[in-house]
Amino acid sequence: MNTDRRENLLARRSAILAAILVGVLFLLLPLLAVFVEALRRGLPPALEAIADPDAIASIRLTLLVAAIAVPVNTIGGVAAAWCITKFDFPGRGAMLAFIELPFSVSPVISGLVWVLLFGAQGWFGPWLQERDIQIIFALPGLVLATVFVTFPFVARTLVPLMQEQGRSAEEAAATLGASGWQTFLRVTLPDIRWALLSGVLLCNARAMGEFGAVSVVSGHIRGETNTMPLHVEILYNEYQFVGAFAVAALLALLALVTLGAKAVLERYSGMLGAML
Amino acid sequence: MHITGVLSSLQITRRALTASLPGIALAGRAALGQGTSQLLNVSYDPTREFYRAYNAEFARQWRTRTNQNVQIRTSHGGSGRQARSVIDGLQADVVTLALAYDIDAIAERGLIAPDWQKRLPDNSAPYTSTIVFLVRKGNPKAIRDWGDLIRDGVGVITPNPKTSGGARWNHLAAWAWARRQPGGDDASAEAFLSRLYRNVPVLDTGARGSTTTFAQREQGDVLLAWENEAHLAFEEFGRDKFEIIYPSISVLAEPSVAVVDRIVDRRGTRALAEAYLQGLYTPEAQALAAKHFYRPRDAQARASAGDRFPTLELVTVDAEFGGWGEAQRRHFDDGGSFDRVYRPAR
Amino acid sequence: MMAAASTVFIAPPVEREKPTGAARGRWFGLRRGPLPGFGLTFGLTLLWLGLIVLLPLAALALRPWTLGIEGVFRSLSEPRVLAALRLSFVSALLAAALNVPLGLLLAWVLVRERFPGRRLLDAAVDLPFALPTAVAGLALTALYAPNGWLGAPLAALGWQVAYTPWGIGIAMMFVGLPFIVRSVEPVLRDFPRDAEEVAATLGATAAQTMWRVVLPALRPALLAGFTMAFARAVGEYGSIIFIAGNRPMVSEIAPLLIVIRLEQFDYAGASAVGLAMLVLAFAILLALNLLQRRAG
Repeated sequence: MNTDRRENLLARRSAILAAILVGVLFLLLPLLAVFVEALRRGLPPALEAIADPDAIASIRLTLLVAAIAVPVNTIGGVAAAWCITKFDFPGRGAMLAFIELPFSVSPVISGLVWVLLFGAQGWFGPWLQERDIQIIFALPGLVLATVFVTFPFVARTLVPLMQEQGRSAEEAAATLGASGWQTFLRVTLPDIRWALLSGVLLCNARAMGEFGAVSVVSGHIRGETNTMPLHVEILYNEYQFVGAFAVAALLALLALVTLGAKAVLERYSGMLGAML
Repeated sequence: MHITGVLSSLQITRRALTASLPGIALAGRAALGQGTSQLLNVSYDPTREFYRAYNAEFARQWRTRTNQNVQIRTSHGGSGRQARSVIDGLQADVVTLALAYDIDAIAERGLIAPDWQKRLPDNSAPYTSTIVFLVRKGNPKAIRDWGDLIRDGVGVITPNPKTSGGARWNHLAAWAWARRQPGGDDASAEAFLSRLYRNVPVLDTGARGSTTTFAQREQGDVLLAWENEAHLAFEEFGRDKFEIIYPSISVLAEPSVAVVDRIVDRRGTRALAEAYLQGLYTPEAQALAAKHFYRPRDAQARASAGDRFPTLELVTVDAEFGGWGEAQRRHFDDGGSFDRVYRPAR
Repeated sequence: MMAAASTVFIAPPVEREKPTGAARGRWFGLRRGPLPGFGLTFGLTLLWLGLIVLLPLAALALRPWTLGIEGVFRSLSEPRVLAALRLSFVSALLAAALNVPLGLLLAWVLVRERFPGRRLLDAAVDLPFALPTAVAGLALTALYAPNGWLGAPLAALGWQVAYTPWGIGIAMMFVGLPFIVRSVEPVLRDFPRDAEEVAATLGATAAQTMWRVVLPALRPALLAGFTMAFARAVGEYGSIIFIAGNRPMVSEIAPLLIVIRLEQFDYAGASAVGLAMLVLAFAILLALNLLQRRAG
């Protein structure tokens, strides 16, 4: 019995050690490499790379794209979650499957489809050209590609939770004469707000970091249609490795802040939820 | 204001930026100043440094000549990808690509007049370049010519000819050398290339990627590179690390330029776009090209460059391969010689 | 609440049909139960889904056929295309499979053990998700190249990672790992320890308990995580092209082939590969979902 327990302890210790090893070697090291490369020549060159007008334009564009794509997917995701969990209708399963579909689509395809639709050779290309409307190689294309890639996050987050919570609370509210909006705002939203925020934050992290899809629709005009990940690639191709990794580090920091906010939310959501 | 307008209002000049840093700049054209016209030059990877210098020079000339400000916007990437973007609707006023074939592809879709190559001197290629070898200092593998590339244990770095214009020149230069060997013909050239690609450990998508793989990641023993890229790698990664080797024969690479007719006519920028390309033939621009290791057409710029550009036998695509259309079809299209010779190392 | 909040990322397998009697309305009747908003949310969802997902994918699905049925099959049966598809799918399946024990280990330690640095490890699990793919690609290449921090010692052991299919596997494992951890975690947290203790008092060894009691309970969650990790890895592009070496027949992934065809102005050929990837991925996901239902 005694040896058993000792063996058990040994097994637990080595499991912890192995997990830490995986975490450090496999997960943390790449992040560390980014920062080490960015600061190779000290802080000033890194800051200079970030203060470059083209870099600032790319930061702005990235934030702008995320600021449009995330709300679109939030509204769509909430509507879909409500529709799927609060009602029964045939095709519910299929709808859910289609919502998850973009997850398994290669980012390259996520860019390609918009070229097929709105490119000069695409379905709506000639029509758009006649009217002088630019979709791909401009802001709308970048937004569409990003929306496609981050499509499932909010819905995917809300559906399981809302399913678990059932419908009785909303049904009671409705029976008592509350309108749909009132029911949603007063009954449903308080229950899902933390999950919703988490989903939105994840959606945002992915939206800012997307590369493959936006690369296909960007056109790579300096200071204009380059998002941060694309700017990183460009700097790298100009042999400005410090600059590339500096912008990459900033991008990683933005994503980390997002994830940090999510972790804090998760830790305190219970407490805050009880308080509010 | 249509959507491009909205986007270009996000466009920031250095000046507008410092003025509007705190807010989201929807500064609009007003911030660019009255009478500023814009030109979009869609180019390929290795020309960044040259066009940055030329754009400043051209803007200066244009201002003295017309009292107007011009802002040149640039987009760089693999030559094929850039051509594809223009075909798909990227609003390029001028294209300055790695090879005539990519411009032909745009012309085929009716965006550029079919006779574009005759509209400017020298086949619409204001500067030329060639393919050279970049080896590690001291040339430890003793690589002197194309024949040395297929020796066992020699790692050759070259990009993928399907995605990189530079890699197509590499492929054709090797082919031309092999065909000129005693008893050489198409079959022996194909066999030579298949042995050459067997020595390629990494096939990047673009010329810049290959240079990084060779210089930064220290892969391979020899990089097949544009002459100007090889010199640039010298400057970027340290002169004490590499040597440039000129093979006995190489290819005359003619990166071509053209005005995109359909777009300049719609945007009303034809005069500006044509002046921009014609300006590439001026002595000042030619000197700039030489400074960035492109071989100038201008005899005087060539002379003042001194021994910067060693002479070597250069074959042309037209004479050796019957033009780009033919070369593309025989070597790089699906089922072409690249697809056939590619027998990668296991 | 904690548990609910961390299901956020990866939800446990969703039960798709769970009709509760009260809301069951007649299909074509106007009443769909007492809750309002069906028309609005259904309409919004259809619009959102239709414009962003269905319309573009329809364009993808229709485009290849300009080659004719025969042309599509010819373009897909080229050895290079087959090799690329095989490489992408086999590597993604292998990477997801290798991630299962790693993810299980991480999830187990995070849920069951208390040790210094646990919170950091917990945060690190989300890193692959936060790190933009291109950045991840550059960082992984810098690390695993034969002159990198990890690549140099590995090369000394005679194992080259970067510029070989191993590099592809590493990148795919990197992007897929969080999915396994985050799908197993909540289930493990809810798993009653009594069951393990009972097994132990009945004389089962730790290994037996793990194998016979814990793993079967985790199977649906592991499968769900595996599915997501696979789906993410198979289409991955940004982090792979830097590290792969990209040699035709050896280390060229299917998404790269799409890009290559696109750059040769071969839209139909590019769409054909894209469509093939989509159909294959969908078939595998469907099969995994069926397995999941059986397991659950």
